[in-house]
Order: sequence, then C-alpha cells, then structure tokens
Amino acid sequence: MTPLLTITGWELRIGLRNRWVVATTLVLAALALSLVLLGSAPTGTVGASPITVVVVSLASLTIFLVPLIALLLSFDAIVGEAERGTLLLLLAYPVARWQVVLGKFLGHVLMLALATALGYGAAAAVLYVGEGADAGAWPAFALLIGTSVLLGAVFVALGSLVSIIVRERATAAGVAVALWLVLVLLYDAALLGLLVADQGQTISAGSLDLLLLMNPADIYRLINLTAHEATAVASAMSAPIEAGLPLWSLYAALIMWILLPLGAAVALFKRRQA
Amino acid sequence: MNTIVTLDGVTKRYGKLTALENATLTLGAGEAVALVGHNGAGKTTLMKLVLGLIRPNGGTVRVLEKDPAGRKGAQLRRRLGFLPESVAFHSAMTGEELLGFYARLKRAPHSANKALLHQVGLAEATHRRVGTYSKGMRQRLALAQALIGTPDILLLDEPTSGLDPASRAQVYATIDRLRASGATILVSTHALAEIEPHVDRAILLHQGRIIAAGDLASLRKNARLPTRIRLKVAPCSTEKILTSLHSDISLLHRSADRLDLAVAQTHKLDLLLELAALRDMIEDLHVEEPGLEALYHHLMSEVPA
Repeated sequence: MTPLLTITGWELRIGLRNRWVVATTLVLAALALSLVLLGSAPTGTVGASPITVVVVSLASLTIFLVPLIALLLSFDAIVGEAERGTLLLLLAYPVARWQVVLGKFLGHVLMLALATALGYGAAAAVLYVGEGADAGAWPAFALLIGTSVLLGAVFVALGSLVSIIVRERATAAGVAVALWLVLVLLYDAALLGLLVADQGQTISAGSLDLLLLMNPADIYRLINLTAHEATAVASAMSAPIEAGLPLWSLYAALIMWILLPLGAAVALFKRRQA
Repeated sequence: MNTIVTLDGVTKRYGKLTALENATLTLGAGEAVALVGHNGAGKTTLMKLVLGLIRPNGGTVRVLEKDPAGRKGAQLRRRLGFLPESVAFHSAMTGEELLGFYARLKRAPHSANKALLHQVGLAEATHRRVGTYSKGMRQRLALAQALIGTPDILLLDEPTSGLDPASRAQVYATIDRLRASGATILVSTHALAEIEPHVDRAILLHQGRIIAAGDLASLRKNARLPTRIRLKVAPCSTEKILTSLHSDISLLHRSADRLDLAVAQTHKLDLLLELAALRDMIEDLHVEEPGLEALYHHLMSEVPA
C-alpha cells in the first residue's frame, strides 16, 4: 500500500474509532428523516412529488450543514497534529508532504461520503417504502448525495488549507468558522443586497453567473435545484441555467474549488520547515 | 570506516535566531555518538537536518551520500529511525495499531511488531489504547517505532527523559544491542553520566556551536580535569596523611575519617604510590575519573557567555 493510502486508511480508522463517522451519520440521517416524515405536508397541489420536495429541502439544509461538518473535520488536519506533537514523527517517516495532505484529505472526504450516503440513504429507503419508485425523482436523490460529497470535499480542501496556513489550532477553528459564515451565509446576503441596490443597471446576467461561480455553496445550489426538471419546478430556480451556465461549467467550477485550495495546501506544506 | 552522516559547515537560522552555526561533523558506520548540550543548544535542530525535515541556510548535509531534504529524502528516511523528544500518539488507538500504521509507512513487515513491543516491555499493553498508557509506556512505544524495519541510522532525542530507572536501563540495553548490531546511533541527552558507557564519542553543543567533539578519553585529556581520590582513613589520621603527601594535590573535603583529594592526571600515579606507602592508615580508596558531566560543566565554563 502506498503511504498516501496508508494515511487515508489511518484517518478513516481514527474517524470510526472516535465516533466521528457515527455521529455525523446520525445527524444527517435525523435531518433527512425528519424532512421525509414531517415535510410531506407542503406538497399540496403544486404537482411536485414528495421525493422532489424532500430533495429540494434537503439540498437547502445540506448547504449549511455539510460545509460545517467538512470544516470541523479538516480544520486541524495539520495544525492539530503539529500541536499534539504527532506531525514531526509522521514527517520523519518515508512519506512525501503531498502524500500527507492528500492522504488526510481523502480520508476526511471518505468519512463524509460514508456519513452522507448512509444518512441520506436511510431517508431514501424510508421514502421508497412509503412512496414507491418515482422514476424522475430518484436520480435527483442520487445527484443530491453525490454533489453533497463534492461540496463537502470543497470545504475539506479549504479546511486543509487553513490548517496549513495557521500556526495554532484555536486560530484555525476561528478562521474555519469565519469561512463558513462568509461562504454559506454572508455571500448570498451580500449578493442579494447588491442586486437589489443595483436594480439591474450595471450587473449583467453574465457577471451574476460569475459571481455565483465564485461561491461553492451557490454552485451546489444551482446544480441541485436546476439539474432536473422536477426539482427546477419545485424550486423556481431555473433562471441561471437558462441564462447560459451549462451544467458542465458548474461541475468544473466545483472541482476547481477542490483542486485550487488543495494545490495551495500542498505547495505551502512543501515549503514549510517542520 | 564508512561515513554515514556528514555535516559540513552547516548553519541553520530561524528568523534572527541562529539555532546551529557552522557545524561540521561526521558519523561513521556503527558509531554511537552522544549529542550533549543545554535546552536550545541546537541538538534537535541537528537531528531535524539529518532527517531532512528542515534545510540548512548554509553548508551541506549528507546522509548515506544523499541530501536528506532533497528529492530522494523520503526514500532515505526508510533507513532512518527517529525518536522525537516530546512524543505523542493518537490516544484512541492501541499500541499494536500504531506500530502497524508506522510499519506500513516504512513498508516493513508487520510480523516484527509483536517482537518489538515485547522488546520494549509492552507485550501486556498491546491491545490497550495509548491514552491509558503512562508516560514511560508511551516513551517505550516511541522507542519501539524508532526500531521498525531495523534502521541503519538511529536518531534518539532525549530517549530517557521522564523514564524511571528500570526503563532507562532498558533503553540503554537497547542502545547497546543496536550498537553491537552495527547501527549508527546519534543520541541526545542530559543524562551525561548515564550515557557515557554506551557511546564511543561525544559532541558538545553550546548555543548552536560545537564546542568540543571526540572520544571521551581525549576530551578528558584535553580538558586536563583532575582525578578525584576518595579515602576512608583510620580515625584521627587525616592530618598525618596530608603532611606526608608531597604530590601536587588540592583538598576537596575533609572530615574525621575521610579525605577527598583532587590530583592532576599527570600526577595521579605518583600520588597513588605515596598513598600506597601509607596503607596502614588507609582503610579504603576510591578513584573517580572525571565523567562526561564534569567535562561538560568544565567546557561550558570556558565558553564566553
């Protein structure tokens, strides 16, 4: 086994041992199940299936929760090991710096993927038993799980970068929370304020698209609320897609949001003196 | 003797602080060398340079003829074992799991792990979480991980700090065994008197500079430290003994039946001959050569602050 996979496996093992995976799975499952069991009321006569409604509401909640979990997992990936005193020993082994960063990243993403798949999967299973198969909505559910993991990977990458830039664990925690606040809450509020103030004068549809691509949470929202006709109807969010953002560009932007912080993290960690 | 580690004019700075200045040294194959100095003298910096974890600001470091901080560094570290000064492990994992992880990183066979744990006296605690280990047990686990894959070079940073006497003896026994098997060992320590019988040479560091290096006999000779001779004498005979000695001695301590004398290396035998002539009055005699500890204090006192 390569050092990279050894580190990934080790992170996963630690995550299972200290019950991170179990706790996260339970939180996500509780959230999804409560939406499934309590949230079937608002379907009314809109014509959206219950599955679609669950997907749309779950996507909205995922935007808040998954980045937070991802940041909690990753913010002390390096700085925490340095503070505990385990980093020096790890680096004295025959491992390259990039293997440490990527190995931990993969481990954290796997933990998140496991929790998301199990948590949301539980909700899907309950829905399936209750509602039966709705051909149009199940791919949306699968997409929800897949993109949630991607969104999580973005924030794991961002957290890894924070954990390398910052010298103290407490600072890293603060920066991670700030990052979450800005990208998940403040960015959209500011964007909305900007649009209202601008009254459509200077901000073109093209620059709005660009502004949306600058935030991974918005990209995730766009993918999930517009990708399928059924969900698009339920969320009334089809405008940006029609305005000319092809789906591939959304995925490309999301993947760039993973690769850029990760690349920066590796480059910085390589230069660092242990 | 093959040279395993070479430092040539190595300087390492952290900002304005010079951690190591113009350090030149070599470690030969199978040599055991003590690295001696106060906290902050540059011992850990030197070890990190050998491991390739940091790059020097000046000079060159070569380990097995390669640059440890270069591209082949990771490959090189397979042949190195390191025991850090303040060691920590993931407390939720067991001793066995931890050794398994480190063995995988080194691509060493797992079959040896059990023997390693046994060797450091942790056979009983194999399946217990490291969080339940005492400090001494963690330190011994750290020693076990340093031995994974039978490394050619061992860097032990304060291996006995915080250990009880029995565990310390175990560490020294391990060092002796590794030494006998031909490993090159660099061990930093404060416990000078204890390490002395287990090393061939000592390197004394002070504020980032090597102030003395060499085998202990020549270091002792160069320092011209006196030999101490302790005598237990017949009651009320101290005055008589002192007046009948002609060698150049200094009196360190005197009581009713005890005398402590210091004598220069060059006059040691003369004094012993004189004492032999007074054997009726002497009940017991004990010769103490200056140890690494005395040498260290002597050399430190000569360094301008």
